[in-house]
Amino acid sequence: MIQLLPLFVAIPLGAAFLTALAAFKARRLADVGSALATGALLVLAVITIGRQGVYPVGGFLAPLGITLVLDGFSVLLLLIVNGIGFLATLYSISYMERYTSKYKYFTLFLLMIGGMNGVVITGDVFNLFVFLEIASIASYALVAFGGEHEELEASFKYLVLGSVGSGFILLAIALVYGATGQLNMAGIAMALAGTDKHLLIAFASVLFLAGFSVKAALVPFHPWLPDAHPSAPAPISAMLSGVLIKALGVYALARIIFNVLGATPLFGMIVMGLGVLSMTVGVILAVGQWDFKRLLAYHSISQMGYVVLGIGLGMFILASGGDSVVAGTALLGGILHLANHAAFKSLLFFCAGSVEFRTGTRMLKELGGIQEKMPVTRLTCTVASLSIAGIPPLNGFWSKLIIVIATIQAAFTYPGLLVLTAVTVLVSFVTLVSFLKVLRYVFLGALPDAFRKIKESPFFMGVTIVSLALLCAGMGLLLVPAARGAILDPAIEALKQGLGYGSRVLAGM
Amino acid sequence: MKGMTIIVQTITRLVKIFILLYGLYLTLTGHLTPGGGFAGGVVIACLYILLTLAYGRQWALRRFPRRLAGSLDSVGGFIFLIVACLGFGFGGMFFVNFLERFFPGRPFALLSAGTIPLNNIAICLKVAASLFLVFIVMAGARLLEKKDRTYDYKQEEEE
Repeated sequence: MIQLLPLFVAIPLGAAFLTALAAFKARRLADVGSALATGALLVLAVITIGRQGVYPVGGFLAPLGITLVLDGFSVLLLLIVNGIGFLATLYSISYMERYTSKYKYFTLFLLMIGGMNGVVITGDVFNLFVFLEIASIASYALVAFGGEHEELEASFKYLVLGSVGSGFILLAIALVYGATGQLNMAGIAMALAGTDKHLLIAFASVLFLAGFSVKAALVPFHPWLPDAHPSAPAPISAMLSGVLIKALGVYALARIIFNVLGATPLFGMIVMGLGVLSMTVGVILAVGQWDFKRLLAYHSISQMGYVVLGIGLGMFILASGGDSVVAGTALLGGILHLANHAAFKSLLFFCAGSVEFRTGTRMLKELGGIQEKMPVTRLTCTVASLSIAGIPPLNGFWSKLIIVIATIQAAFTYPGLLVLTAVTVLVSFVTLVSFLKVLRYVFLGALPDAFRKIKESPFFMGVTIVSLALLCAGMGLLLVPAARGAILDPAIEALKQGLGYGSRVLAGM
Repeated sequence: MKGMTIIVQTITRLVKIFILLYGLYLTLTGHLTPGGGFAGGVVIACLYILLTLAYGRQWALRRFPRRLAGSLDSVGGFIFLIVACLGFGFGGMFFVNFLERFFPGRPFALLSAGTIPLNNIAICLKVAASLFLVFIVMAGARLLEKKDRTYDYKQEEEE
């Protein structure tokens, strides 16, 4: 299996170049080719469950050559990226009919998936930067795909802020290279393990934090997101919110801090603080929005706060030498919420896209009463809304519950953390309020005359949203011991090993 | 755009072949001397930019249309990927230098270093075509002032 690891990058890149070459003549080719490519990637991602290994690219071994590393955390992210990627491809087949040059869209889309897969499997910090830029630049172009004033403005803002973030990351990589003489993640971890923290490394960690926070849209770094997500075409909004900010932001941050540079208690507290800030500010800004997709975008910021809170809490407890089980619970909550958010937030963006596809507007005040016209969309949107608000037994409930349990457990040692418990529950409540507003204004109430003739969304879009709704309902099953042992526990172990990552990867796992 | 004066056009006509040869030289001997696919590609793209400036955009696009440039761009990337993937079949590993057995690395020998010259050629195609495209696209963009004093972006279509 480990021999197939480069295919995660090779398939999407090859499909992208072929689409750009061949598909302006045969229009269906782009649809079929992209669906086949992302479907193959999904199959490959499913095969990787429970496996790990190191792949030296070109036969050059670890400290000098570029390695691809597959471990529990990568497997989870590969499943999310390629799962949502496949569904977004299916959705795009119908949705993108409205736009011209669909093959250009699929080219960029596949490049973005290739970049994200690369970020997730690479074991080299500079390689990570390159893949991060591939995914980011493809996403800048995809945000601007509509070509109207609003799209271009959002894309330009995203471009500027994203480039500043990338600049921070590149500078941090340069500093780490200067301090250790290594670019391989395992090599850096080996060089840093057992030594005192160099001041340069602390500075580099802060730069990494700033850069990846821009990509993950945590609160002081978030302004690009509420513009970029509503402007992009719906499948791209779903990819950006469901996958991109996780693979490029949270995954890369957690990987670099836990496994490469080493966590400190202070750093854990800063990450937790960013998480709490994102949670509260995001949800407060979301409540007052009247644009469907902009409201969802602010909720993305808020929900990413949950993920980062869980991961930061785990980082804090591990680094200050606390109870490893509590740290594991916190990490489990963060990682499970990461997976759950990918499912329900992409579903919400797909639903918003379906509504916009049929009605032509996404302003909540202009919508209303379309529940009889679009019953499937209504049902799936309700599932996703309840899921994001944390109503049992949908998936969002379980991850939020675990985060709350982790904060309470941690509060036995650090009583101040009880504040986090209160904030977590309160934010969840405000989330529920704002999604009741969405359901009320979009689906209930009087049907405007303009919408008398609308129909349910086309076949491929319907398939996508129904399968995501099933996923939302069923993802709580990930906590069943068998599934947990196969998918979630390896991901947590990969983070908990800390700098031990270095010696394990150099030994070939 | 009509192009520049006859002095510039004449000088351009005289030097264009040398610039092209220099770009090809940098690309083809990239594994022996300083240079390589990227540098060679940039030089070749600069030749096209010079021709565009000297003779005007219509003239350049008649000889090197945008769709051809786009195709070459993809072909370059695709060749690079094919060479990398052939490593699977012949060397058992992604990106492995499977031609090194036949053309081992020797100083100053053109046929050496295995797959690296092939990679250089692919990169040259990709870089030359995409830099030219970036130039052409940006040269064709216009900001139009609308009635309400906001600006609107417009792309001139060539075909």
